[in-house]
This record gives sequence, C-alpha cells and structure tokens, in this order.
Amino acid sequence: MKILDSFQRLGQNSERLFAHTGASSLFLLRILAGIPSLCGHMRLLLQQMYSVGVQTLTIISVSGLAVGMVLGLQMYNILVDISAENTLGHVVALSLVRELGPVLTGLLFAGRAGSALTAEIGLMKATDQLAGMEMMAVDPVKRVIVPRFVAGVISMPLLAAIFSAVGILGSYLVGVDLLGVDEGAFWSRMQAHVDLYGDVLNGVIKSLVFGILVAWIAVYEGYHAEATTEGVSQATTRTVVHSAFAILGMDFILTGLMFGD
Amino acid sequence: MDLLTEKPDQEYLVQIRNLNCSIGKRVIHKGINLDIPRGKVTTIMGPSGCGKTTLLRLIGRQVRADSGQILVDGVNVSRLDLDGLYALRKRMGMMFQSGALFTHLTVFDNVAFPLHEHTRLSESMIRHIVLMKLQAVGLRGARDLFPGELSGGMARRVALARAIALDPMMIMYDEPFTGQDPITVGIIMQLIRLLNDTLGITSIIVSHDVQEVCTISDQLYMLSEGKVISHGTPDEMQHSSSDAVQQFMHAFPDGPVAFHYPAPDYYEDLIQA
Repeated sequence: MKILDSFQRLGQNSERLFAHTGASSLFLLRILAGIPSLCGHMRLLLQQMYSVGVQTLTIISVSGLAVGMVLGLQMYNILVDISAENTLGHVVALSLVRELGPVLTGLLFAGRAGSALTAEIGLMKATDQLAGMEMMAVDPVKRVIVPRFVAGVISMPLLAAIFSAVGILGSYLVGVDLLGVDEGAFWSRMQAHVDLYGDVLNGVIKSLVFGILVAWIAVYEGYHAEATTEGVSQATTRTVVHSAFAILGMDFILTGLMFGD
Repeated sequence: MDLLTEKPDQEYLVQIRNLNCSIGKRVIHKGINLDIPRGKVTTIMGPSGCGKTTLLRLIGRQVRADSGQILVDGVNVSRLDLDGLYALRKRMGMMFQSGALFTHLTVFDNVAFPLHEHTRLSESMIRHIVLMKLQAVGLRGARDLFPGELSGGMARRVALARAIALDPMMIMYDEPFTGQDPITVGIIMQLIRLLNDTLGITSIIVSHDVQEVCTISDQLYMLSEGKVISHGTPDEMQHSSSDAVQQFMHAFPDGPVAFHYPAPDYYEDLIQA
C-alpha cells in the first residue's frame, strides 16, 4: 500500500508540475505578445526601470565590491605560493565576468527586485486593483505586467556588468594597493586573457537569461498569488526560492554549453 | 425558463436565465433567473457567501459561468471575444467594495485613467471631465491626495467618480455601505440615487444592509443557497409571507437559516465527554 501511495503522490506532483509549467509558459507568451503595447507608454517602462534597476544599484555595488575584495585576497594567498601573483587580475576578472557576476547578481536581483515585484503585483491583486483595471476594459498584463517584465530583463545585464566592474575594482584595491601586486601586470594580463566574445559576451548572455528567468518567475507568482496576506507572502518566498534554483540550474547548463569544450 | 433571443430588450438591460456557476468544487449558483430593468436601482440581497458578488463578476465576465445565459443589452457575455468584452466593459462601471483605486496614482489620475486609456481627448478636456466627476461626488478639493490618504468613504466616492468617467449605461456596486459610518452611508445612498435618476444609469447593488437598500431600491432580489428565493419591491418584500425573506428582512437570529451550525445532539455530546 505504501508503494502505491508514493506512486500516487509522484503522479500528483508531476501532474501539478506539468500544469504549472504549462500555465507559466502560456503566461510568458501573453507577456511577449503584449510587448508592442509598450509603445506610447514608455513612461511606465522608465518608472519600472527606476524601481527595478536603479533602486537595486546599492546592494549590487556594495556586494560587488565586497566579493571582489575577498576574491582578490583569497586568490592572492593561493597564487603567491606558486609565485603567480601577477596573474591575479586575469583570474579575478575571469571568475567575475564568467560566473560570479551573472550568478550573484541574479540571486541578489531575485531577492531585492523579484520579491518586490511579486509582492507589489500580489497586493494589487489582493486589493482588486487588477480586477478594477479589467473592469475598465484595460488589460492588466499589458499595463502592469509587461513594463515590469521588460524592465527586469533590461536591468539584469546592466546590473551584472556593474557588479563585475566594481568587483574588479575591489580586487585591484586589495591586490595592488594593499598587497603590492604589480599594477602593470594586473591590468595587462587581464587585457590579454579576457576575451570579448568568449568571456564578456557569454557573461552578458548568462545575465540576460537570468534576467528573463527572474522577471518571469516574479511576475507569474505575483499575478497568480492567492489574494490573501498569506498568499502574497508565500508567493514572494516562492519567487526567491524558485529564482535561485532556476539561476543555479541554468548556470550549470549555460556553462556547459559555453565553456564545456 | 426558456432561453432568450439575443437582442436588446426594451424593458430589461440585464437578463439572466438558468445560470449555473461553481468555483473550484463549490457550487455557487444553481439555476438563477434574474431581470434587471433599465434606468432603475435593483438590489441583490442575501446572506454572506450566497454568491452575490460572484453574480456581479459574472455579469462583467470576470468569472465564467458553467452554463446558462447572461444577456447585457442583448449581448450574451459568455460568447464574447476579448475585443467585444472590452467594448462592453467600457459601457459598464463597477464600484468595488475596497474601492480598488490605484495606490500609486493621485485621485485626479485615478479618475483620469479610463479617459486616458479609452479616449483621444485633449489634456484640458480630460481635466474638465475629471473635475466635473469629482465635483459630482464632492471631492474636487481632494484631487491631489493619494488613495492612502483617503478615508474608506472618500475612497468609495472616488471609485464612484472613476466608474462614471466614461458615462456608462450601468454601474454595479459591490457592498457599497459595508463598514461605513452613518454619514458616509447617507452620502453614498444619495449619490447612487442621484446618479441613477439624473444620468439615467441602470444601477445594480449587492448588499445585505436591509434598511439602506429598502430606502433607495426600486426592486429587490433575494438570493439564498444559490437560488433566487424571492423578488419584488421593497414594500412587497417587507410583507412577504416567506419565512426565509422575513428572517432576513427583520434580522431574526433563528429561522430557515439556523442559528446552530449542524451538530450532534447537545445532550449526547455533553454526556460523551
């Protein structure tokens, strides 16, 4: 009987998973179809770029600086043993641009902007603002969801780029100013070994994909949140957790595709 | 009842036949028949949870019925495509219980929202219309406030101004009196009647405040357990012979709607412990 029960549970869970995937895919299609409606409503997009992007800048730059400094310190300690401390700039830049920049920015973005998006949309739903909009013959997907989704997708690569840049600056401060790595070697090795397409562009693609994932999860969870206090709080939690899983899983796949050979 | 032909009726704006609706596993409506006359105030009453608000959402098709016919001005709402539905909704106003005002916009911008979305009027023309609508509900001076700064009654009046911004043919009021002080209730009652009579709007109210609705309604429908159990003028309903109607109209604690939630025998229950 126990075995039967667990099979039944497995079936139910998979059914729910498929239903969820289907619903969220359809929702994404609805969003994509609504993007042309942004024409003539650029103000909405700019407002969202401000709250989703600009207001996330502080946490991104502070974290970038901290990660860069710690990375500089740790790498120096390892590299100095094999007298390779001159490659510090090279190592740090590659780690940040390829991996840490997009992934950590994605995780922070989900925590700061994604959760805020879900909570805002969920509360708009709970206070009948979305229903009110529908009754005024205005599609809430076009006026509320699309500007937030697009703002998230545009902001993410920019934030990841800032994270990496500030991180490199942080490792420069620690490595060159504090620990005495040669400044010329730090920058010239970085310049010589970081490839624009192979490394930087792939990092940008990663952060763009993470931006789509986080923005998609955040607006989907908000729009489909149960219209109660607990419903909104659960949806907000789900946004952060699912985004984290999606980013980490997708990062493995993308890394495999980009740097696997 | 027989199904209706789908063309505008001279006398009735909204006609509902054999309506069945369930949300999830819960059956809400079991064969509802209703007629809402044009230019009158019609109230739908009934105990909490009897599907009054859902009925409004069905008329605006925010919820879909399982079966049955809902005609609004001769149009079957369940068969409309999205464009047709939005065209119909532009002619309907709805005042939500919460007001449903956009919290990030001022009172002025809230009322201007449908005008910006659906008309190509100039800014100065929109300003004129918004100020006229706000004047009608007595809140022209509150135009620069945000919804968070309004009292519950003021929020509903702004919602009312927004609902009439596009000069609709009908307005649906969801629990307009619930939780308001007597002065606000008086103001809202007066506004509903005034807008109905001066603009010729058809009004549908969902409420369980017996005194208030008896004062302003032309016609009452009473719902219970997913069915229409009675309808008539307020006077007819006050003197109805039905026990269920009497219990509701005169607020008797016990009657067809039992005071006790179903439970095993009291004596048995105590002895068992």
